[in-house]
Amino acid sequence: METKNIMIVGVGGQGTLLASKLLGRMLLSRGYDVKVSEVHGMSQRGGSVVTYVRCGEKVRSPIIDKGQADVLLSFELLEAARWTEYLKPGGKVITNTQQINPMPVITGAAAYPQNLEESIRGLGIDLDAFDALALAEEAGSSKAVNIVLMGRISRQFDFSEAEWLEAIEQSVPPKFLELNKKAFALGRNA
Amino acid sequence: MKTLMLGNEAAARGLYEAGCAFVSSYPGTPSTEITEFAAQYPEIYAEWAPNEKVAMEAAFGAALAGKRSFCGMKHVGLNVAADPLFTIAYTGVNAGMVIAVADDAGMHSSQNEQDSRHYAKAAKLPMLEPSDSAEALAFSKLAYQLSEEFDTPVLLKMCTRVAHSQSVVEPGARQEPVPKPYEKNGAKYIMMPGNAKRRHPVVEERLQKLAQWAETAEINRLEPGSSQKMGIITSSTSYQYVKEACGDTYPVLKLGMVWPLPEKKILEFAKSVSLLVVVEELDGFIEDHCRNLGLAVTGKSNFPAIGELSQNMVAEQLAEVRCAGVKLDAELPPRPPVMCAGCPHRGLFYTLAKNKLTVMGDIGCYTLGAAAPLGAIDTTICMGASISSLHGFNKAGGGQGEGKTVAVIGDSTFMHSGVTGLVNAAYNGSNSTVIILDNSITGMTGHQQNPTTGYNLKGDPCTKIDLESLCRAVGIRRVRVVDPYDLAACSQAVQEELAAAEPSVIISRRPCALLKYVQRPGPIAADADKCAGCKACMKIGCPAISMTDGRVRIDSTLCTGCGVCGQLCKFGALSGGKEA
Repeated sequence: METKNIMIVGVGGQGTLLASKLLGRMLLSRGYDVKVSEVHGMSQRGGSVVTYVRCGEKVRSPIIDKGQADVLLSFELLEAARWTEYLKPGGKVITNTQQINPMPVITGAAAYPQNLEESIRGLGIDLDAFDALALAEEAGSSKAVNIVLMGRISRQFDFSEAEWLEAIEQSVPPKFLELNKKAFALGRNA
Repeated sequence: MKTLMLGNEAAARGLYEAGCAFVSSYPGTPSTEITEFAAQYPEIYAEWAPNEKVAMEAAFGAALAGKRSFCGMKHVGLNVAADPLFTIAYTGVNAGMVIAVADDAGMHSSQNEQDSRHYAKAAKLPMLEPSDSAEALAFSKLAYQLSEEFDTPVLLKMCTRVAHSQSVVEPGARQEPVPKPYEKNGAKYIMMPGNAKRRHPVVEERLQKLAQWAETAEINRLEPGSSQKMGIITSSTSYQYVKEACGDTYPVLKLGMVWPLPEKKILEFAKSVSLLVVVEELDGFIEDHCRNLGLAVTGKSNFPAIGELSQNMVAEQLAEVRCAGVKLDAELPPRPPVMCAGCPHRGLFYTLAKNKLTVMGDIGCYTLGAAAPLGAIDTTICMGASISSLHGFNKAGGGQGEGKTVAVIGDSTFMHSGVTGLVNAAYNGSNSTVIILDNSITGMTGHQQNPTTGYNLKGDPCTKIDLESLCRAVGIRRVRVVDPYDLAACSQAVQEELAAAEPSVIISRRPCALLKYVQRPGPIAADADKCAGCKACMKIGCPAISMTDGRVRIDSTLCTGCGVCGQLCKFGALSGGKEA
């Protein structure tokens, strides 16, 4: 199998790390070689964050470079727009339509760009944009956005829903299991 | 069983399997998790030391006592620990001693991107450099073997992409090493001139022997290629980029040990290929050595000495393949890191900015006080530099210094290397006002305990250093504590201490808002009818506050209710939260 590259982007604090860990573990259990690259330290403090998940028969580099991502999974709309350059031709963007203002927008030094979904589609990119925050809230917590997005990206793989739910079971505390299962199902099927 | 491990976790697993019994480190991105994971093994005693120098000396003592020991740090931490490093190189060890140093090319979370390999060369020590998690595990075990076989501390060099990438490892069992009781040996361990003069030749000889070992070591391996048009020497994450970009087209000399270098192996490799290329991050360290061997070599003329490399860079240079994606043709606002909502540093920095002070900064989350809109910091150099440079600035600065300038330093950084600067300010008498931002944790590196928190690395209660008493003990008579959520009290404290004709310390005390035990009063209520749209609340740069249609809006998922914004609102539009 050719190496599959999934780039997960978002805003520090949104739970991108948990998502990449869950995905990495899932792929390893299916027999792939896997590499996951994370960010720690300063950039996590509300900044733009990027993690890479790569799987295949033999994965070499831990990072995904420009023009290489099969899927760009974004937790926030502006971040989806920021990283399109990393998508390979024919790649897919899955994004939460939630907008989180960066500090330059909050202070008024810059404006949050308008019509980003149209702009991304205008590049000829296959875009799946949906309100993951609303689905997370429907599942019971705004913090489940990452699991909703996991549900959405699960459609890109040939694994059964049961297999995914098993992986989630292994990654989240039991008291949040029902909530996360619901969040996953909403993301996958909505 | 195969499992995914972070490079740092795998290095810790290697320590465990090698029978390491003592770990002492100071946290620093991207090295921190080695020590955190090591601390999870009950067989390993693990601690946070106040700084890297102390950690390395403690690890040396443990090795002397006969236990395999470890200390880990980031690249700039090795600067702090360089003093013991160069002399432990002379004494050698008893039981094995491994020192991990993690470089941060690209400066994801650092103030510079120095190349630590120069330390191995300068201190004449062996340095191993893993390229993924499996090697991080294997090399940290091998490091102990080498350490004991050659009687030397061994450097294990990590980098951000190895330390913070997960890849597949197969963990093994722990093997308890043979005990090595301490034996008195002054000629080996007392490094005064007479003895040190006799140890230096031992160091040179040892390096020769290590260089011979490197010639046949399996970790310096030759991977054949289908074309001899080019041969590539590489190591670490650069090796992975080379394999990703070029596959098995060109032969690769993959170095697992980057000092000393296997000269014969390199010369033979060079002979077998038409063009010799070195692919390495940061400096042309291997390249320079190749040149010293008289080889024609290409390296930094094609690859930058600045920032990280990547597979695309290698592909473009060596495989002549261009990879690119499509970029949105629009100006997108950047998203820099910011102080969290409820961060106790915010109120203090607002006070400093409002009083238009010159602020000597330090290393920690609070460096973010430099960012707009607070823009409250003037300098950031290294751990502890805030206090010492404030002293110099005040002594030499005349009217621009004393009375208008302060230092800000976190609790952990103060314990790391701020205390000595404060001693200097007291001893040499500058009217310096030092603000210790005591958030009761080492924040930026992800919540590590330190000597002021009352807990140790394992989470057990322990001696808590009393900052007030410590400051008084070094000769500071004016020591006071303020709550950074109380803007009026902050302003009063800063103004009074700056006016005083002697050195002073203000302890700005509030636990980090992200600590689990911190009580949150609940989000602030924004009353759009009362809001006059004056944007006074926007001056503190809180990510939970924004303006919609000219009226204030609070993001209740982010707001902790710290109440700082409410103190700025003259119209009573922001209510609730903490009573100031």
